Amino acid sequence: MKIAVCVKHVPEGHGRLDPGSKRLDRTGEGALNHFDANAVEEALRLKGDSDSEVVVVSLGPEKAADSLRKALAMGADRAVLVSDEAAAGSDLVATSAILAKTLERESADLILFGQQASDADGAVLWAAVAERLRRPVVSQAAELTLNDGSLRVKRQTEFGYDVIEAPLPAVVAVSDAINEPRYPSLKGIMGAKKKPFETLSLGDVGADAAQAGDPGSKTEVLALGDPPSRGDARKIEDSGNAAQEIVDFLAEKRLI
Amino acid sequence: MSTLVFLEHHGGELQKGSLGVLGKAATLGDDVSAVLAGGGVRSLAPEAGKYGAKTVYVLEDDSLEPPTPQPRVDVLAKLVQEKGFDTVLFGNSVLAADVAAGLAARLDAGLNWDLVDLTSDFVGKRPALQDSVLVDVGWRSTPRLALFRAGSFDAGESDGGGTPAIEDVSVDFEEHSRSAKVVSQEAEQSSGPSIEDADVIVAGGRGLGAPENFTLAEELAKALGGAVGATRAVVDAGWYPYSAQIGQTGKVVSPKLYVALGISGAIQHKVGMQSSNVIVAINKDPNAPIFEFSDLGVVGDVHEIVPKLTELVKQKRGQ
Repeated sequence: MKIAVCVKHVPEGHGRLDPGSKRLDRTGEGALNHFDANAVEEALRLKGDSDSEVVVVSLGPEKAADSLRKALAMGADRAVLVSDEAAAGSDLVATSAILAKTLERESADLILFGQQASDADGAVLWAAVAERLRRPVVSQAAELTLNDGSLRVKRQTEFGYDVIEAPLPAVVAVSDAINEPRYPSLKGIMGAKKKPFETLSLGDVGADAAQAGDPGSKTEVLALGDPPSRGDARKIEDSGNAAQEIVDFLAEKRLI
Repeated sequence: MSTLVFLEHHGGELQKGSLGVLGKAATLGDDVSAVLAGGGVRSLAPEAGKYGAKTVYVLEDDSLEPPTPQPRVDVLAKLVQEKGFDTVLFGNSVLAADVAAGLAARLDAGLNWDLVDLTSDFVGKRPALQDSVLVDVGWRSTPRLALFRAGSFDAGESDGGGTPAIEDVSVDFEEHSRSAKVVSQEAEQSSGPSIEDADVIVAGGRGLGAPENFTLAEELAKALGGAVGATRAVVDAGWYPYSAQIGQTGKVVSPKLYVALGISGAIQHKVGMQSSNVIVAINKDPNAPIFEFSDLGVVGDVHEIVPKLTELVKQKRGQ
């Protein structure tokens, strides 16, 4: 069987928005979105020693190749990077359309996502991709098992746990509680360089440039402003007297 | 402006988060409808009128009671297409996020998420990058889809509230929409004081070091007259019960005082407690994100500070 894992290359550290384009500044160093490492790990765990194929897929700048190589070093078999100037600034509608086109080429039995992007805090893309591919979707998977053409997910919700079954092919977003991602070994890092790596344009995947990037997006950033202040926030270092300082603070706020 | 609000229910009650969004919609315009799908939902529909819904669309169907998103996308897509709603609003939840994104793809409609507010001229307010910047976002076409951060609006009854019209909806489901099935549900039983109603919460994270150290949180909570909360990391590690979990998939709380012990402040936790009135955090890592949204941040060792703090609080409160 074939498992596709969608991953994102995110800026390292806190990230900043470019005041001109109002987009996330992606010129600095980046890394594999750590939530996506859980999805890569889960694919590798499901593959085990079988001859299943794990293909990692990303939409992003050329530098996103670094994150795909990390996934290859962890053990994925093949990587596909869709990188095209015309795709920059794609919102949910545009991104999901491009990814769905890319995934259609792969016809994977299972498509995995991580639970959110650490840069944009997005936690919805899988549902849009599943809708475009007309496949069942399950999110917040805390346990995932495959069983002869179907999957079983235990997912955490606000109220407890649901167990959900769905036929393959299907889309699953895993939570960061599902596993502990492995670190790439030196052998894995060396081996990653020899693994198949495709870099594709929008045209290559059959995505329409008019439905990508800024022209294809249905939302926009209008302005950047300062967040509401928390007022007189204070930070202290404990020099043996912190407990008293906290009590004084609580008394001042009339909380005790 | 004609607005449709996605209502959620659980255990025979409409959920506060979605009622808060409904109340917000009612302050922005008069033409506000709501939609409810599931088993036994018809009896819940009149309640939505108090929060400002003029019409409640009801799909009464036991097979829709399990919380899977895709059949709900079918329901909302049909309502938007038939009734011409230009705005569809959701309060964030595991279910609502998946419904909203599925609907966005179905209708090729713009979805802005993690909003904390919306103006009457359709500017959404979204804190971004660990809330270091407040972004104004907009839509380029209708319908406009918006997913609000949990706890953005209090669920208050609307001044213009009344008895809503109730209309039945029938839908032809897409083939893929009902192939994921909920086969069982485990509700978690809570014990001790409910964290959702507590004025004071003392919450513990991995920084407590070991499950037995949760007694530090429990004793401080007792001294302050509050309840104990926990992060997802410690719940998943089995240190504390799920019923105490605060965050994206746990409870969303807004007490008068929130004391975070050994909690780094990951976004998953933050969304569950950031609307607390006063936040005090103790963490030995000076770079922990929690300090960015704490009123008082203390860089130090919880094991040193908390026992002393508990004693001082007891003295102060005459215990």
